[in-house]
Amino acid sequence: METAMKKKSKIAELRAMILEAEGFTVNSGTDWPLKDMGVMEQAFPAGIFPLGAIHEFISNDTEQASASAGFIACLIGRLMQQKGPCLWVSLGKRLFPPSLSAFGVAPDRVFFVNLSQEKDALWVIEEALKCPSIAAVVGEIHDLDLTASRRLQLAVEQSHVTGFLHRYRPRRMNNMGCVARWNVKPMSSIVSGRLPGIGHPLWHVELQKIRNGKPGSWQMGWKEDTFFYEEQPLGVTDNVYGRTGTS
Amino acid sequence: MKRYTALWFCHLLTDSLAIRLPELKGKAFVLAAPERGRMVIQAVSPEALTIGIRVKMVLADARALHPALQVFDFEPERAESLLSELAEWFLRYTPVSVIDLPDGLLLDVSGCTHLWKGEESYLKTIVCRLEKRGYQVRAAMADTIAAAWAVSRFGRPGDIVAHRGQLEALLSLPPAALRLESNVAGRMQKLGLTRIGDFIGMPRSMLRRRFGQSLLERIDQALGRSAEHLEPVVPTAEYRERLPCLEPLRTRKAIEMALEKLLEGLTEQLLHGSAGLRKAVFRCYRIDGKIREIAIGTGRPSREKLHLFRLFSEKIGSIAPGLGIELFTLEAPVVEPLNAAQEKLWNDGGAHQCAEIGKLLDRIAGRVGSDAIHRYLPDEHHWPERSIKEASSLDEQPSTVWPKTAPRPVYILPIPEPITVTAPVPDYPPMVFIYKGKVHQVKKADGPERIEREWWLETGLQRDYYRVEDENGARYWLFRSGHYENGDAPEWFIHGFFA
Repeated sequence: METAMKKKSKIAELRAMILEAEGFTVNSGTDWPLKDMGVMEQAFPAGIFPLGAIHEFISNDTEQASASAGFIACLIGRLMQQKGPCLWVSLGKRLFPPSLSAFGVAPDRVFFVNLSQEKDALWVIEEALKCPSIAAVVGEIHDLDLTASRRLQLAVEQSHVTGFLHRYRPRRMNNMGCVARWNVKPMSSIVSGRLPGIGHPLWHVELQKIRNGKPGSWQMGWKEDTFFYEEQPLGVTDNVYGRTGTS
Repeated sequence: MKRYTALWFCHLLTDSLAIRLPELKGKAFVLAAPERGRMVIQAVSPEALTIGIRVKMVLADARALHPALQVFDFEPERAESLLSELAEWFLRYTPVSVIDLPDGLLLDVSGCTHLWKGEESYLKTIVCRLEKRGYQVRAAMADTIAAAWAVSRFGRPGDIVAHRGQLEALLSLPPAALRLESNVAGRMQKLGLTRIGDFIGMPRSMLRRRFGQSLLERIDQALGRSAEHLEPVVPTAEYRERLPCLEPLRTRKAIEMALEKLLEGLTEQLLHGSAGLRKAVFRCYRIDGKIREIAIGTGRPSREKLHLFRLFSEKIGSIAPGLGIELFTLEAPVVEPLNAAQEKLWNDGGAHQCAEIGKLLDRIAGRVGSDAIHRYLPDEHHWPERSIKEASSLDEQPSTVWPKTAPRPVYILPIPEPITVTAPVPDYPPMVFIYKGKVHQVKKADGPERIEREWWLETGLQRDYYRVEDENGARYWLFRSGHYENGDAPEWFIHGFFA
């Protein structure tokens, strides 16, 4: 029994060493780990959301893009509380800043860089990722090749800034040097009881790839400045007009 | 000690025409313009002068004298544009150069001549350079503008009036050298006062009675008793540095070294003045007379050499050195006070973090333009399009809190797009809506949230906003424009997408 315990702790220790060698400095002291992520934490290497890394999000339509943007906003909100402002680089689509306050982000601490050229956007993202005073960089782009993504990953390994690359309608689903690939879809929200109206935002979050972790998917949402999870699959509820009596 | 140089382009207009049309060189030609129904000569080339043709002659008379005379149109604005071009070119010799219409330039050369190893070689260089370009020019240097002007027009060419030597230099010159009005000069002629020396010793009260106050002022200006100011063509910035080169420079490394040296001087100046620059311009004066410049801007006042250099280094590649650059200048046209203690604590990260972000934004602005970077603050309007305003500076804080009561969509359409709906009257959310050809079944809805148009700003219909969720769980922001009135169905629009 004891030897089994010893083995387990040894293996955990070795795993941590491997992670460190791969560029995941989980508790380097400069980072503040994102806590209270709930069951999702089990998917991450060493149980901690990888900071100082590049996360990739893929959206194929506006509905999905807004769900992803909401999920990203939840994540950067926590980073910004601990570290500082954030840079939101976008091509084309424009975020509506007042919406961010619902996800725990102070919209006046986000710098929006609106560009038309993908080349410029990549340059700005890379430059921003090199600046350690920034909490996070969100880049809304279309395509990115492996070399460019490697460059970004190298930049964050130095500065420990977390990058979120939100690819909207990519032409190719190529491999990238990112730590994680996410896919967020909107889900029908839940309202308690038989009240009319829309509940808190709810998403189907799929972690398709995670280096040194276990991919998984969750039904989760954002309520009162924290994540919540929904276990059971949700059926579409009956029509709203059935409740208001106007059908 | 102030030193001034006056330049007189004896044949400015004809010289410039001969530069443009080289076949005219050495030929007699004139520029003429109609005056009271006749063509009158306004400018004469040196060769035409030798055969007896003068300014203000009637063209027909001149043609009678010399039938082969070539005539060109006289353009009245030409002299000014030529002179201002020359004045800008002179910035490589002095920071202050001024147009002196109709045919001269005035330069403030205080503290410049030693760079050319003395006043004589300075004047000689200028005259040689201009003659090489094709201009016949006479130059003089003196302690006062008036004295330099007088000597350049009426003295020996290339004359340098010694320090405090104005009086002796002026004695032998005619009264017109004092830039007198024509009636005063005519009266002096009548009285037999042909040289300045004839009357300069007379009692001042007598001169004032006979010739007016203006003569006394002119004498005072010439002798340096009263000051005369020059208004430079290019306004000089308070903070500027210049670096002339012995040899023309062409390589990037050399330009970088020059820039570094200039930045060192400028940041030193800024430190003494407790200022930081918001804008800086780096100019390269090429030997072919062209000027290449690059400019940078910073989001907050800065005097950090390394940071400024990095901002410039992005753009050095755009400088085409041509045959070589002979002068570099660096100036800060926009500065703001910057005290070491004034660094504001913009966020918990402190001044250092704030400065780092400022630098990052400067670099981004240098590459993609500062109009690409935005930061928004809440504005006290309910109308969604007006609910945010752009922050004017990095330090500006929100004056009101961000409203949190009603949820707002993550993405908003810049212009609401019309949709087709099926909605129960009077004010229920739609049951079905069609957007971009796709049918969305509304399963859940919230609203309405009425937002009235701000009548003091614009007129129009109010909007009733609904948050709706379709069968896929996607959430939208729709609104109905106006009421159901007189049986008219109001229009519906989609305005945004919720997370």
